[in-house]
Amino acid sequence: MVEFSLPANSKIVEGTRHPAPDGATNTRTFKVYRYNPEDGKNPHVDTYEVDLDTCGPMVLDALIKIKNEIDPTLTFRRSCREGICGSCAMNIDGVNTLACTWAIGDIKGDVKIYPLPHMPVIKDLVPDLTNFYAQYASIEPWMKTKTPLPPGKERPQSRDDRAKLDGLYECILCACCSTSCPSYWWNGDRYLGPAILLQAYRCLIDSRDEATGERLDDLEDPFRLYRCHTIMNCAKTCPKGLNPARAIAEIKKMMVARTL
Amino acid sequence: MATQDRPLSPHLQVYRPQITSMLSILHRITGVGLGAGTLLIAWWLIAAATGPEAFDTAQAFIGSLIGRLILLGFTWALFYHLCNGIRHLVWDAGYGYDLDSVTRTGWLVVVASLVLTALAWIAGYGMRGL
Repeated sequence: MVEFSLPANSKIVEGTRHPAPDGATNTRTFKVYRYNPEDGKNPHVDTYEVDLDTCGPMVLDALIKIKNEIDPTLTFRRSCREGICGSCAMNIDGVNTLACTWAIGDIKGDVKIYPLPHMPVIKDLVPDLTNFYAQYASIEPWMKTKTPLPPGKERPQSRDDRAKLDGLYECILCACCSTSCPSYWWNGDRYLGPAILLQAYRCLIDSRDEATGERLDDLEDPFRLYRCHTIMNCAKTCPKGLNPARAIAEIKKMMVARTL
Repeated sequence: MATQDRPLSPHLQVYRPQITSMLSILHRITGVGLGAGTLLIAWWLIAAATGPEAFDTAQAFIGSLIGRLILLGFTWALFYHLCNGIRHLVWDAGYGYDLDSVTRTGWLVVVASLVLTALAWIAGYGMRGL
């Protein structure tokens, strides 16, 4: 449902300020969304002044530095620190991206960091992705086959058919695209969103999958698929440079093609 | 703690305006605007069918400064919705999804809608005389 303003318990208030250490000359201000489920208070934005001379180049480096040296209560997900796990997806400087691959130097002014938009917040920068993962499970993202396995125990795929998966298999399910999509904001309970639909297309287009018809039946729904209005925020924000909007368009084309 | 008590992370409040989503919402707003504009035209036609007095009233309003400003907005909404509609048609056919094309066609639609609006008004005033 479209609701432009935040609910009362989600309104953001001013937080505390952590000044730079004495003697720091090259500092940068980070404004970070904080929410503690145990203090009963509304979310707030804390300000940290970070000495960049003793900090790595990426936004994730600064977050880790804040947690290590300034405020150990700061909570965020991170793992690989090289853009392949998708854990540190968050809203940085107004767009969704991975903190580990986004350079502090590319941001003008204060660095504003929020959790992925329009999601329930567990703590600080950690959103609840339960619905997102349930939607992923709902498309049954595995190869489904009916024909017996050919001798040799593998289903061969031609180079051309394999090439059709390029631009799809690279998706790391970080949820940046889905949570950048206004349609997903308003209808995330019923609309699958760009990330999951890209995964659905990845199964549909795979030459080894034999459940194309059933998959299309499941997607043929005013909400699950057709809440995509080609807004294109998904492709604009994808930290892996993928294009979920194109994948969704291809699904829509398959829907039409099978009725001809 | 029950999950439904969790706060909702900010969305419109923090997301930087994108050329993609701004033009998309503009498409919807101009669509609604066209609905309202069509009512204006319907009123004008009904007035014309009703008689000279009613028609004069409608003419006077539409010809007033406010009326002309509404017409100007209506014309632009029409051309923006038309141009962006064609852009959507191309998308639905499966073309123009790479980010460069999206940005380029987006600005093209904005410029085209402004140029077409200007041309329409120049033509309108040209035919009518100021």
